[in-house]
Amino acid sequence: MSALNLKQGLSKHSAYDLRDPHMEAQERHTLAVVVDNEAGVLARVIGLFSGRGYNIESLTVAETDHTGHVSRITIVTTGTPSVIDQIKAQLGRIVPVHEVHDLTVEGPAVERELALFKVAGTGNDRIEALRLAEIFRANVVDSTLESFVFEITGTPQKVDAFADLMRPLGMIEMARTGVAALARGAE
Amino acid sequence: MTRQMTGAKMVVQALKDQGVDTVFGYPGGAVLPIYDEIFLQNDIRHYLVRHEQGAVHAAEGYARSTGKPGVVLVTSGPGATNAVTGITDALMDSIPLIVLTGQVPTFLIGTDGFQEADTVGITRPCTKHNWLVKDPETLSDTIHQAFHVATQGRPGPVLIDIPKDVQFATGTYTPPEQARTQHYRPKTDGDADAIEALVDLMEQAERPIFYTGGGVINSGRPACATLRELVDATGFPITSTLMGLGAYPASGKNWLGMLGMHGLYEANLAMHDCDLMINVGARFDDRITGRIQDFSPGSRKAHIDIDPSSINKVIRVDVPIIGDVGTVLAEVLKRWKARGGKTQAPKVLDWWHQIKEWRKVDCLAFTASEKTIKPQHALARLEALTRDHPDRYICTEVGQHQMWAAQYMGFEDPHRWMTSGGLGTMGYGFPASIGVQVAHPDALVINVAGEASWLMNMQELGTAAQYMLPVKQFILNNERLGMVRQWQELLHGERYSHSWSESLPDFVKLAEAFGAKGIMVSDPADLDDAIMEMLRHDGPVIFDCLVEKHENCYPMIPSGKPHNEMLLGENVSTGDAIGTSGAVLV
Repeated sequence: MSALNLKQGLSKHSAYDLRDPHMEAQERHTLAVVVDNEAGVLARVIGLFSGRGYNIESLTVAETDHTGHVSRITIVTTGTPSVIDQIKAQLGRIVPVHEVHDLTVEGPAVERELALFKVAGTGNDRIEALRLAEIFRANVVDSTLESFVFEITGTPQKVDAFADLMRPLGMIEMARTGVAALARGAE
Repeated sequence: MTRQMTGAKMVVQALKDQGVDTVFGYPGGAVLPIYDEIFLQNDIRHYLVRHEQGAVHAAEGYARSTGKPGVVLVTSGPGATNAVTGITDALMDSIPLIVLTGQVPTFLIGTDGFQEADTVGITRPCTKHNWLVKDPETLSDTIHQAFHVATQGRPGPVLIDIPKDVQFATGTYTPPEQARTQHYRPKTDGDADAIEALVDLMEQAERPIFYTGGGVINSGRPACATLRELVDATGFPITSTLMGLGAYPASGKNWLGMLGMHGLYEANLAMHDCDLMINVGARFDDRITGRIQDFSPGSRKAHIDIDPSSINKVIRVDVPIIGDVGTVLAEVLKRWKARGGKTQAPKVLDWWHQIKEWRKVDCLAFTASEKTIKPQHALARLEALTRDHPDRYICTEVGQHQMWAAQYMGFEDPHRWMTSGGLGTMGYGFPASIGVQVAHPDALVINVAGEASWLMNMQELGTAAQYMLPVKQFILNNERLGMVRQWQELLHGERYSHSWSESLPDFVKLAEAFGAKGIMVSDPADLDDAIMEMLRHDGPVIFDCLVEKHENCYPMIPSGKPHNEMLLGENVSTGDAIGTSGAVLV
């Protein structure tokens, strides 16, 4: 053993912390990546995930500052803590990436997702679908005598729950945007 | 003052303004306007290679031996795809390159035009960054950005794809000082608290070791000078990766030799048993660590690296310091001195006694034969006969000869050793030696090669002959893919599947066919004279050294084994050297 007396807590990644990385629990993290809105930037981010074998659970991207040509990519990913750290470091070194925020660890954050559901049916199923939509505060954005298109906004869990309820009631199609997220508070 | 000019002229102007005087390339339809501009000026010298891969490796050799970025110019489609291996090689070894590729005109992009390839798509994962320039107004700005990105932070290759109509179109030239480079500013100063923590560890360490890598060389000569001062002042032992050889002199008193899979016994055991490992610009590559779980189990680890993604990627460290190696080392030295320059000197002396015990194993010992030339002997003689040359550069190909060169040759200074470390590209050495010779016309440039690697880019003999570059191709010819054969012997039941060449050329005649000199030697008694003949000849030489065909490269840490389970030449057991779990590793 070493005679060194390193202060406890000097580093959270102590070499004496001999956890097997494969035994670490998987965590789900939401990352906000602020990038230059230039050709190929999304391909760089996606290529990083596929090339290095990281997971993408959901990914959304859109320009957020038209004059500054800045886009925001929100990625929900899973991995062990060391893999998550590595993902953030790898994202950070992509040249057009300005900032990488881990909304899961940087404090409370709001996550929302929008989804559209097409539900076809008549009779009681149709009435039940409409009743549940009201409970979930989903809007009807299209309607025929045999179908509705519902719009729902909420956490991914809420969208999942709504999908589970609609499936037996005649859901034939669903489209989800993936997660958009912001840190709570004034900053 | 705005200056209007064509895109092709902008390329040449931007290169001149970036201080470029040498370009390696190969023309083709999509870069003809740029080649026309090169024809019309004399400031930039273009070297015509024989294959685009050769152009990239030559530029790598140029860059590594000068510390300046290398520049490559190739055409669209096959020109770009042929360059991909070299670009990937440069990415893995952090070599700054600017690769300019022609592209079909913008109105043909996406139509599967003649010699069209999605060059930025293909090279996205193998460049540090790349650009497709569709507007002549942004071309010169992009080129200046490219130089900035390639050379700042962790260096690497960048690529600019320039459609042919953009080369013809007229636009405004942006000089370097007006280029938009402010968005890419990697952190170079290390965190003060982390540096203080490292100094704490250095003061308390009983079995310290410096483990240095290519980052020290990339940081530059001042970083190497600071490293030497710090190592000598502390008295700590130092080992280096393949990429870092020369940062600390091989004749230095604290030098342990290279570490890793074919590293020296004393270096690997010191890494395993140390209590403080100071990683300076290395990246815990799998050739270095062996089995991760057993890697240096009793040590605190500090890691200085400019790339945050290198930290904790493979090995968790206690003290991460993100910054430029030279800047951080200077600060470490300053703080350590300011605090009195303390070490646990008696304990460190005990540590040295232990290291000297390991040294007695003499892991590089070999028995020279009177009948056949042992490859180790050939390199030991090459080293003895060229060591005192005032201006010597060594390149290698990839394989056994590469490891023997690293073991038996000594490097006193940085930028003197060019080898494909990360990607392990057979065919690297010959074109790299051409690039080195172009940069240093009067120097002695030797490429230590195996015959199989050398044949992979043998067409560059045309380049060497055309420009009368006196590169010495020192081929250790065992008529085998030596390292493949060694692994088949150790791991695959001595079934030598496709690891030998049925029909090798007569290298002497091959040299003569290109107007170069060929020398063949097979008798150990003739070796020294033959090497001297090679050194005396003022022109390219192919030196065909017929060596022992079944020599293995030792020491060797088998895949999946820790540092302290090293195979040595004398007591090798070929039976179960590599277990089944190690067999899946490369």
